[in-house]
Amino acid sequence: MDFTYWSWDTFLEALPFVLQGLGITIGLTFSCFVFALVFGFVWTFLQRIQNKYIKAVVTFIMEFIRSTPPLVQLFFIYYALPVLPVIGVTLHPFVCAVIGLGVHFSTYIGEIYRSGIESVDKGQWEAATALNYSTKDKWLRIILPQAFPPTIPMLGNYFIIMFKEVPLASTISVGGILFMARTFGSEHWAYLEPITIVGILFLLLSYPSALLIKKLEKKINHRFNTSVMTKNTNA
Amino acid sequence: MSEPIVQFKNVHKSFGDVEVLKGIDLDISPSEKVAIIGPSGSGKTTIIRMLMTLEKITSGDIIVDGQNLWKMEKNGSMVEANQKHLRSIRGDIGMVFQHFNLFPHMTILENCMTAPIHVKKEEKTEVRKRSIQMLERVGLGDKLDNYPNQLSGGQKQRVAMARALVMRPKVMLFDEVTSALDPELVGEVLEVIRDIAKNDDMAMILVTHEMDFALDIADKVVFLDEGVIAESGSASQVIEHSQNERLQSFLSRFRN
Ligand SMILES: Nc1ncnc2c1ncn2[C@@H]1O[C@H](COP(=O)(O)OP(=O)(O)OP(=O)(O)O)[C@@H](O)[C@H]1O
Ligand SMILES: [Mg+2]
Repeated sequence: MDFTYWSWDTFLEALPFVLQGLGITIGLTFSCFVFALVFGFVWTFLQRIQNKYIKAVVTFIMEFIRSTPPLVQLFFIYYALPVLPVIGVTLHPFVCAVIGLGVHFSTYIGEIYRSGIESVDKGQWEAATALNYSTKDKWLRIILPQAFPPTIPMLGNYFIIMFKEVPLASTISVGGILFMARTFGSEHWAYLEPITIVGILFLLLSYPSALLIKKLEKKINHRFNTSVMTKNTNA
Repeated sequence: MSEPIVQFKNVHKSFGDVEVLKGIDLDISPSEKVAIIGPSGSGKTTIIRMLMTLEKITSGDIIVDGQNLWKMEKNGSMVEANQKHLRSIRGDIGMVFQHFNLFPHMTILENCMTAPIHVKKEEKTEVRKRSIQMLERVGLGDKLDNYPNQLSGGQKQRVAMARALVMRPKVMLFDEVTSALDPELVGEVLEVIRDIAKNDDMAMILVTHEMDFALDIADKVVFLDEGVIAESGSASQVIEHSQNERLQSFLSRFRN
């Protein structure tokens, strides 16, 4: 093979260098996701407060976070937060990225939780009341076990979307694969190979994940419809 | 006569500006079977939903076994009941819904066992035994490990009755429990209700359009019309000797 711009030597040299960032990219994805899963609960909880002022404020904040680019939010936390008086704190770039991306995506995750809860029939609440359940048991035993499973595929999709947004963190010098590729590029004045490696790595990771989530989704549908139909009947 | 288990005293209910119940007075004694009949929109469902605490009352009092359901005493005055107060009384009441409302993520047996165990904190093996007995009684002893969506509507409704009965309520409420069923499944559900009515000594309040059935099992028939009790008495009094024209025309619709 004889490309003018492409060098296999460079490729082989860049590969281990870029791979050094893989742990951080994957770690950041999981950290952001867990943060968003937990913080999503906060939004869902706040949205359920039956007070129109609180509701309006919460909706506004969520809308605000969602309609601002995550990159701007990252820059704000990384560059602007430290220079603010009183609250001015300097955080580790990785922590900034977890908070920035985590909060951004938590607004979507919260929306997913909400849709899950709303998908539970009103009659389920009424039956639970008629059986005199406490509020806590109503949630834990009746509502959430029905609300959660249908959200799993949607949550899985957000996991992949987040994975693909994580390279944004390279802009605040979190050393993921994209950051490593850029560093390699500027040092060797060769960008094509390292960036191609980044692209391949994302493909290699996100495509199988997508398949996995599809499979999970099938399994869930199966459990909630078909397998239930064929489960053995005996006393 | 013994003290009533349920008393409605001048109960009013409005949705927004619309008053749908305009002063309901009704006494139900401990083992009495009461059928509530009346045209669509007359407020039948609303009456039993208020008793089940699914709908607040607007004014008046509902007394359950001597206790005021919707009001409680606080520092010497009566205030609106809180959740704790409602929970302390609600255990006496059970309800069967038009659309069954079984818990889809639990088996039939689990549907019956969950509330006695988690709400009444009863002992599991005893609850299990009792639940199985109850499911056998409603003819579903061979479906214990099935999930609700494996059952026909009639079977689901029989499970719903078993689930309510296992809680041993003092009052059972039925809101048109056969009207979501295919016609050929109505009979099996009515048979179970008849069995309960004849053999159990709890009070029952049935809202139903199954007129012959209601008149057969009911000790008392209440005709509700536009938010008021227009007629009330024994089945024969209400059906045969009533002079109420609206009742007569209502009943005539059920005579082929
Ligand atoms: N949540 C609600 N909000 C507003 N209006 C309501 C509500 N629930 C019931 N109503 C109204 O109250 C009136 C009585 O309703 P209810 O369901 O008690 O009648 P019903 O006698 O059970 O009728 P049906 O035989 O059709 O079931 C109706 O006019 C109905 O539209
Ligand atoms: Mg009704």
